[in-house]
Amino acid sequence: MGKRAKTGGAPKAVPLPLSDFDEARGRWRAEVQSGLGGRPNPKNRSGVEVKPLYTSQDWDGDRYMEALGFPGQLPMTRGIYSTMHRGRTWTQRQLIGLGVPEDYNVRLKAILAHGGTAVSLIPCNSVYRGYDADEVPPEILGTCGATVNSVEDMAVCLDGIPLGEISTSLNDPSPFTLLALELAVAKRRGIPWERISGTSNQSDYLSHFVANHMFFRLGLPGARRVLLDHIAFARRHLPQWNPLSIVGQHMQQAGATPAEAMGLTLSSAIQYANDCLARGWDPDQVLPRFTFFFDISMSFFEEVAKFRAGRRIWAQLTRERFGAKDPRSWRFKFHGQTSGVDLTREQPLNNISRVTVQAMAGIFGGLQSLHTDAYDEVLSVPTEKAARVAIATQNILKEEAHLTDVIDPLGGSYYIEALTDEMEAKIRAVIARIDEAGGMYAAVETGIPQQICGDSALAFQEKVDAGEQTVVGINKYRVPAEEEMQRESLKPPSRKKIEAQLKRLARFKAGRNQKEVRRALDALVRAAESKGENVFEKVVEATCAEATHGEICAHLRKVYGFGQPLIVP
Amino acid sequence: MMSPTKTVHPPKVLVTKIGLDGHDRGSRVVAAFLRDAGMDVLYTPPWQEIGQVVRLAEEEDVDVIGISSLATDHLLVPKLLKALKKAGLGEVPVVIGGIVPDEDERKLKKAGVKEIFHPGASREEIVSKVARLAGEARAAKDKELLA
Repeated sequence: MGKRAKTGGAPKAVPLPLSDFDEARGRWRAEVQSGLGGRPNPKNRSGVEVKPLYTSQDWDGDRYMEALGFPGQLPMTRGIYSTMHRGRTWTQRQLIGLGVPEDYNVRLKAILAHGGTAVSLIPCNSVYRGYDADEVPPEILGTCGATVNSVEDMAVCLDGIPLGEISTSLNDPSPFTLLALELAVAKRRGIPWERISGTSNQSDYLSHFVANHMFFRLGLPGARRVLLDHIAFARRHLPQWNPLSIVGQHMQQAGATPAEAMGLTLSSAIQYANDCLARGWDPDQVLPRFTFFFDISMSFFEEVAKFRAGRRIWAQLTRERFGAKDPRSWRFKFHGQTSGVDLTREQPLNNISRVTVQAMAGIFGGLQSLHTDAYDEVLSVPTEKAARVAIATQNILKEEAHLTDVIDPLGGSYYIEALTDEMEAKIRAVIARIDEAGGMYAAVETGIPQQICGDSALAFQEKVDAGEQTVVGINKYRVPAEEEMQRESLKPPSRKKIEAQLKRLARFKAGRNQKEVRRALDALVRAAESKGENVFEKVVEATCAEATHGEICAHLRKVYGFGQPLIVP
Repeated sequence: MMSPTKTVHPPKVLVTKIGLDGHDRGSRVVAAFLRDAGMDVLYTPPWQEIGQVVRLAEEEDVDVIGISSLATDHLLVPKLLKALKKAGLGEVPVVIGGIVPDEDERKLKKAGVKEIFHPGASREEIVSKVARLAGEARAAKDKELLA
């Protein structure tokens, strides 16, 4: 050593014995054969067989421009914006909704103070179903979302929130009463509607008929009509509003595999685009407002590939099927939510690790907005403590872990690229099946997507029961019940609070200009019965005239009927 | 497939959802499990009113009522138990599957709920416990008929 240092001579380089590719692969295969025995390759959730190793034989780098290209450019595989997360990270949009409007407002302000960057509002199940608080059993009021029925309730929910500056996401489809209530609040505050930005989340009525079965306020044809009217209204009055969020999350949560969920969601998007075009609208004016909402499961690489494949398919579909020329129409903008069904009630803190892995898959998949589940979401509506951890998880991933330094950092991995191609083929097969059935609307009427979700849910449960899919704390590494941590859950709003809320609603209903309310609701029914009038415009006029959510839904039900699940026998 | 030597009455189970939530993955999966295990399953869409559930239980002479709850609809189960009792069906065992906080579990058990299956409960556990409850309910009914 000392001698070498003195003379300054470098150690002589020993050339690496470079082998021939085929010879090396043969040797590796033989070793793997003996190491792994005859075990067959596992399959991912979508049914793609996964090999133990991927090499240049599995993905040809010469296809770079055709398959990947550059971020913000066709085929969009690497991301929809040139700078992606290096330029602007994702929006931290934690879904929240609980209790009475005051409770909601307190939680919203806390989330914004801890790093949340957007408003989201989940209403109470009574609102989902199209009722006011005074129409349902009081026991369940405000237990799963905020009870918002009137412009007064919405004003309390959004008290101190700078509407017009912050984006709002409302979990509320046809007849989009929450948006109408927000617009009524904006009008009261003198904020011009052009400045209201955000998303009608869950506006994808088809997804509700396929799975999850929330928001069954209106029958299928009525839901279709009001959705299109609300898009028309947004085109005219709300330039910063995304009226359509197409939801794959329900289907995947209801059991669809990642590829099936993506395929069905794209089929819904095709249906909506066709419906818009049938109204004579220019594709480049409507497609840029389409947004997507997906589930992110524990199957890490599969999820990354799902998003990359979906993005590539959308960029092609919009051009080939609808003739979109504006690059904004090709952009597959999506919100991701970590998967609730993958969380466990046993050892709930383990869910923090699960959520972290899922969130990373979404980030590497190139999402624009993210909700991380709270670890106790499988126990109740999240407690404040758990909600804070969920937001902190996003902050850690965004600012500590350097995940956003490089755009599409998994791109170019032989595995990821091969998997992206295989997922694309699976997704396209689903789209082809729905095309054959006459499109998503017709397919939902006959129950095809419902059947797909049900079958896959059962198949997955069988894998878990057979121990083929490990779920820590459930079918492996169980902890005796007495060693389980104490599980806290959020207390439902007190009886007193609910009673006060019901009183407020009664007072509100009694104190209105009843003539105005009547006139607005009559106009709403007339519009719904008409062929050409815009129904959503009348919903907005009704909320401005102080009609309530339940009243609006009840009047529309007179024309369109209730939605009913189209259950597979 | 049922073998002809087995009982002529397979357990009859009503799988349903009361309240306002529509998430039905759980109820559908469980209904399929029970059906596969040879039980006679009556499945309803979500949002059943308590009166409808009682009527169905009576008309169809079910052995067990399974309530699926994801979003706090379990809070309505005490009302269901009361309504069953009032209709003379207080002996029909009621089980719940889904998200039920520990504190509510204690209250519900006290109110008379026989079993609560949480997320992660295995097919085996659900099938065997429901079968046992159905068997007991059936035996009690037969005894009553003979008496």
